[in-house]
Order: sequence, then structure tokens, then C-alpha cells
Amino acid sequence: MPEAKYLLVGSSHAGLEALRAIRRLDADGSMAMLTKDSQLPYSPTVLPYVMSGRSKPDAVILRDRAFFDETGCVYAPGQAAQSLDTKARLVTLADGVQWRYERLLIATGAAPAIPPIPGLQSVPFHVLRTLDDAVNLRTRMGLARRAVVLGAGLVGLHAAETLAEAGLAVSVIEMKNQVLPGYIDAKASERIEAAFASHGIKLLLGRTATQVAALDGGVSVTTDDGRAIEGDMLLVATGVKSCTEWLAGSGVEIDRGVLVDDRMRTSAADVWAAGDVAQGLDFASGERQVLGIIPTAVEQGRIAGFDMAGDAKQKPWAGGLPVNTYRFFGRPAVSVGQAAAEGDGFEVVEQEQPRKYRRIVLADNRLVGIITVDDPFDAGIMGELIRRRVDLGAMKDAFLADPTQVGRRLMSEMWR
Amino acid sequence: MSIAFDTIAFRAPKCDGCGECMKACSAVKQGASRISIVPGASAGAFEMALCRQCGDPKCVMVCPAGALTKNGASGVIDWSADKCVDCLLCTSGCAYGAISADPVGGRVIKCDQCGGDPACVSACPSGALEWGGAGSIYNRFGEMEDMFVPGLAGCQGCNSELIMRHVMRRVGRNSVLATPPGCIPGMGSVGYNGKTGTKVPVFHPLLTNTASMLAGIRRYYDKVGRKDIVVMALAGDGGTVDCGFHAVSGAAERGEKILYVCVDNEGYMNTGMQRSGATPYGSWTSTTPVGDKLKGKTQDAKNMPMIMVAHRAAYVATASTAYMEELYDKLDRAIEASFKGFSYLHIYSPCPTGWRVASNKVIEACRMSVESNFVTLWEYTPEAGLRFTRSPDRPIPVVDYARTIGKYRHLDADQLAHIQAKVDEQVALLKRLAGEVATAPAALAAAPARTSTPDGAATPPLRHETFRP
Repeated sequence: MPEAKYLLVGSSHAGLEALRAIRRLDADGSMAMLTKDSQLPYSPTVLPYVMSGRSKPDAVILRDRAFFDETGCVYAPGQAAQSLDTKARLVTLADGVQWRYERLLIATGAAPAIPPIPGLQSVPFHVLRTLDDAVNLRTRMGLARRAVVLGAGLVGLHAAETLAEAGLAVSVIEMKNQVLPGYIDAKASERIEAAFASHGIKLLLGRTATQVAALDGGVSVTTDDGRAIEGDMLLVATGVKSCTEWLAGSGVEIDRGVLVDDRMRTSAADVWAAGDVAQGLDFASGERQVLGIIPTAVEQGRIAGFDMAGDAKQKPWAGGLPVNTYRFFGRPAVSVGQAAAEGDGFEVVEQEQPRKYRRIVLADNRLVGIITVDDPFDAGIMGELIRRRVDLGAMKDAFLADPTQVGRRLMSEMWR
Repeated sequence: MSIAFDTIAFRAPKCDGCGECMKACSAVKQGASRISIVPGASAGAFEMALCRQCGDPKCVMVCPAGALTKNGASGVIDWSADKCVDCLLCTSGCAYGAISADPVGGRVIKCDQCGGDPACVSACPSGALEWGGAGSIYNRFGEMEDMFVPGLAGCQGCNSELIMRHVMRRVGRNSVLATPPGCIPGMGSVGYNGKTGTKVPVFHPLLTNTASMLAGIRRYYDKVGRKDIVVMALAGDGGTVDCGFHAVSGAAERGEKILYVCVDNEGYMNTGMQRSGATPYGSWTSTTPVGDKLKGKTQDAKNMPMIMVAHRAAYVATASTAYMEELYDKLDRAIEASFKGFSYLHIYSPCPTGWRVASNKVIEACRMSVESNFVTLWEYTPEAGLRFTRSPDRPIPVVDYARTIGKYRHLDADQLAHIQAKVDEQVALLKRLAGEVATAPAALAAAPARTSTPDGAATPPLRHETFRP
């Protein structure tokens, strides 16, 4: 029976960072990384660029074989975990092989959430979460003229842009009244919507798909206002859900994701979780949420790794901060923190100019969120100002006028 | 041995915000500057954003495209234009504002150190940017043979042990070493139980005759044709500026071909922290105590390296372990000069035990002593004269340095003003010697707050020293 002191299930950002953290404290402990993917590690975030052809599928790997040799970690691709026995400390794979662990990291990420739309399961549709998905989409879009995209989140918009640039007629159906719901505010959304419209992409906002039917090798999607949107291909991009099915019956506590504490420990002894599969502390609300972004996955992976390796000196995690960097038709939209917040207790400053948009949200004279369109900023510095709850004091006006310059100054002073 | 890397250091107090670094970077990189100087908290203060080439780079870890990598050979965080998908996620990983979107073109830009010769550093006219060679030094000298036994019995954090080991690594086996009484033999250079603590011949002269004995050894080696041997001393300040002074002075006057390294910890630390001629004004020592009457030493230190300049020695230099690059440069020149004449290297060495400095703050004390001009870094040859190897312009106040040193904890405002005036006077004198135009500093226009030997008639008689033979 194969066994490892550290068994990491999942091979993307959280797992890789945990590997690195463990090796900083424990150079020799046996370690293995299992992944259901057949490739070397890659990031789901890069897949829209594989779909567009900008990135070659073999050029997006995050670590090569030599890395795993050097770090003394067994890399086992094509190994889907199927069940977990926390008492016997066994992970059982799809092919029946069992791995014994001393300490386990659950970093199995998330998978597309398929909405319960009547007819959807009986037609062919695409998702975009794996390298194979991206390659398939690229092949398929070369053969299609019209595409329908369900969902105007990051994946849906990226894909819609790529499809439109490839010459397809594209319709995007989104339940909410704006694009990138949850990430950005309505005014930022308007700028993005305008760009999509000017590129001939139909954004059907505030619309729900009520029925999907097959149509001459393509699909027809009926919306709640009775319209039928036809396409030669269909992409479902209505969000993701944490991959927790394999943990059923394991006793690991699960809500929307695997519930973790401020050291990424799950409810089961010697089992940690990190990344898109984990439901950990949210900085702003103090509640446990699935954040599903790379920066949080990396932070959680590092904390989990250090804790797994027995680091007694870790400070409790302050929680994850939403970070979103998005490009549409080459234009940047960047947000950090509670960028769309409004209401009591928030001071919102919106700077609308023809060529750029900036929205800064303060609470108690401290930055809590910022979003810009066409005006990229130091997202890492803004994140630090938010996390450290830096009182802007008398610098508030200067900060509002030039957040980049004042932010750099504040951090430079802090680091010295 | 692991590899270390050179970095660009920013000395904020020296930056005047001229922007030459940004212009140079823009010109070389044909785009926006990778280094950013921004206004600081007060008028005339500036701050900087620049890639630190982190050892634990978060930008690399959040990149979804594998476009950023830590280069194991150069230490630089490399960016691949091909792999980068312009997603800007890396900017969320950097807390230094050091990787950002170029306003033109929109691709991320970051410092690549210009391959080891950064244009910003060359363009900086104020000395605020420095290309630190500490990484190269570690790589170069870390491989050299350590000439001392592993277990020297120095105090925790001892700067003198650092100096001994570094100096002897560079000098190598082809040497004869004298270590007169002091911390250096005290911690084990002369060895125990009949075996030496070094891998080179070492002897233990009297405190008074080190330079004389070395002169004899050199003459003998010259006589038998061994002109390749470095004949040298690692001596303390007591054995150099006080008890051994006449021997040092005589050897320098005669032009004896020896390398004399003075490790100046400002007192007789090995025997119980007594004051020496190199102990600065105001210092607490066991013989210049602090109480109701006395407030530390009442005289200024003598400036031994300047005395050696007056001897027109073949080479004279001051050095500090906070600036290892130039310490090594000077060591190279000092060794070379020791084959031609008297070569004198004065290395300032804070003593964690005797100065009441935390063992982990010793190098910081070295750095602040230099940044405040409390000690100055320069070198002299009879041919080229005296030159600063580190500009004394724009120093931090001496009080900032003094506040970090326990032996100065008791100093009052008058005493601090005296020390500042003394520092300014020394720098002004050195500037004149260096041929730099310098007017007398304002602090000297007024009389020092207290003369170095207080007027006994004006106040109740003070004993200058509590110790009497």
C-alpha cells in the first residue's frame, strides 16, 4: 500500500503552495501529490487563454517533473480520489488503490456548477475548468458560427470575448442585472457591458434560461421572457462548486465547501483543506465563505502546509480578501476588497472620467475596497492597506487623488 | 553552500527626489520606469517602490500562467513575455508596488536588475541607490577556507569574530599572525592546550610590542627570500592606540612592510570593559562609570587612523562590517600595500557585551554609526591622498545612533550636542583633507556644550576617572 507522511490531493495553487511550505520546515518527510488531471500542474485561471490560443496547452504547466524530483514529492497524475476514511487514514482512488497518510491536505478545487435547467442534461454542452475542456472548446469553436454562453462571470465573459474574436455570433445569458456579479459595482459593469456590445456580443442581463433543447446539432435556449436563443455550441459558465463529493461519509464537516478553521484544519484530525474546495474565514464579514480565487488559495495552501509540518509559531489567519483582475478586449478591470459595497458605514467615492473609472470604498477613514476600470493599480498594496486597516488620517484626500502614489509611500515607510 | 544574490538598496535619507533613476530606467527599458520614487511623509522626504526579488515571491505563486519564476542563478524574478497572459494577478501578490501594468501597452513590468549593472544605481547622483554586492561576497568568500577553529569563545553576536574570520579567509594560509592581548586571543586565536586556534602560525606578543615583533618577522622573511608572506596583526584598540602605540608609530615611521588590522571596539573589553584612548566621549565603561557625579567618559577619543595618515603610511583605511563590499575592497588594497610599506586597516567593531547592544543589533549599530558619521569610511595613500569611500553627506543625527547603544543611554542633551559637534568637526576636517570644500559647521561656531575636560574650578571638583593606580 502506498503511503506518505504528507498526502496532498489536488495539484493546483493551494496544493503547490502547501508543498512548498511543508518543505521549508520538513526537508525529508515523505510526500505525494495526487491529482485527477492527467497533466502536470496547471491553473484553471489560465484556461481561457488556452481556449483563445494565446497560451499553448503544453506551456501553461506550473511545475515540471524535475521540480517534483527535487522536492522529493511523488507526483501521481490521473488519480481521482473517491473516498476518505479518516479513522484508518486512507484515501481510496477510483481504481481501488488506497493511499495511507499521516497528514492529509484536501485541495481538490472546484468544478462547474450545472444549473437545473430543464433539457440541459440532454444536450451537448461545454464547460471550462480543465485543460481538456479548453482544448475541446478551441476545437469546437472553429467549427461553429453561433455560441450561447450561460453566465456572465469571469469564465463566461472571457469565453464570450474569445468566441466573438474568433468570429462567432455570441449571446450571453445572465440572471443578474450586471456582469461579474459579486465582483464589481453597477457602474463598472456598464463600461464592460458597453465594450461587449460594441464588439457585437449580445448580453442578456436579468434573464433566466428556462429551457434548453437540441436543435440541428446545436441548441436552442429559451429565456424567461420567451425568447429562443440559438447556437451551434453552448458553454455553461454559471459558477463552480467545491469538489467535496468524495468526502461523503468521511465525517469531514462540509457546508458549501470543506469547513476549515484559521489554520485550515478541518473537523477531522490530521486533515487540512485549502483553495477552492475550502470554506474558510472571509476577512470582511468574519464568516466562513468559499472565496475561489488564486490569492486566497495560495494563502490557505501556505498556512495549511506550515501547520501540517508542525509550525507552532503561525499567527491565526485574518481571512481572505476578494481580489479580481480581469481584462476585456485588452482593458483592465481590477478590484480588491468590498469594492461594490454601499450603505451605512461606507464612504463611497466614485470618480467617473471618460477614459477611466475608479470607485474607492472607505469605512472609518480606512480603505475597505477599490475597483477601477482602465486604471490598473497596485492590487497587492491596496490589499495590505485593507488587511492592516491602515488609518489614512490626514492623507485621505491625497489617497483619493492618487491611490497608487500614496499607497506606495505608505508601504515603503512600513517596510523600512 | 547556498547561493546569495546582490540587490539594489535604497537609503531614503539620501534621496532628494530628483528622479534621475526613473529617467534612466525608462530610457534603458523603453517604457515606464520599473523603479518608482514617490513623495514621503514630510517635505523633502521620499519613498521607493522597486522589486525586492523576494526569496519567497508571492507574485510567482499567484501567477496562473507560469510566467514568473525565481531564477536560481541570478536571484531575479524572471518574467516571460511569451507565457504571460496579462491577467495582472501578479500585482495582487506584491505588497511593494513593484510589479505593475505599464500605462503604455498594459503589460506588466518589473525590475530585472539590468543583468547586474542597474541603470538606476548608475544614474543616482545622491547615493540613495546602491548596488549591494553582499551576495557576491558571500558566494566568493563563503567558499574560502576558514582559518580559525569552529568554536571560538566570543560573546554572542560578537563583531570581532566576524572580522577575524572574514579577514583571515581573504588573507589565507600564507601568513603569520600576531594577536596581542585582547578579545581576539581571549576568544581562542592562540588556542588551548598547546594547539593554536588558527590554521596559520599565530603568536601572542605583549600588548606593547606587536608592531615591533612583526617588523622583525618581516625582515627575516625578506632576508630568506620569502616575500610572499603576509605578516600581520589582528589587534584591539587598546593595544594599538594606547599601550602599543609607540610600536605602531615606530613601525609606520620606518615603513615596515606589515599589515596592521585594528579591531576597534572602543575599550578594553576583554578585561572588563575599561576605557581606552579610543573610547568616545560620554561612554559608560567600568572605569568611566555613570552616577551622581560622573556621566561616562569626559574626553573625546583619539582618531587613530588620522594619526596613521599623519605618518604617511603606505595605506590607511577605515571599514565597517555593515559595508562588507568595501571592507573587502580595502582588505585587498591593504594586503597589497603591506608588501610595500606599513598598511593600516581600522575596522570599527561594536561590542554587544561592553556597549550594551543586543546581539542581533550589532550590524545595525555598525550601519547607524556610519550613517550618522559617528564613524566615517575613507582610505588614504600618500600618492592619492585621502578620499571618502562613502559620502558623509546627509547623515542621520548622531542621537539616532546613540539611542540604540546602551553605553550612551544616560547621555543628556548637552552631552549629545557635544558628540554631534565633535562628529561634525571630524567630518569637516576630513573633508578638508579630502580636498572637498567645506566650511566649518555651524555647531562649531558655538562652544561645545561641555568641554571634553570639564573646568574643575567652575563646578565641584570632578574626578575624571574613578580608577587610580
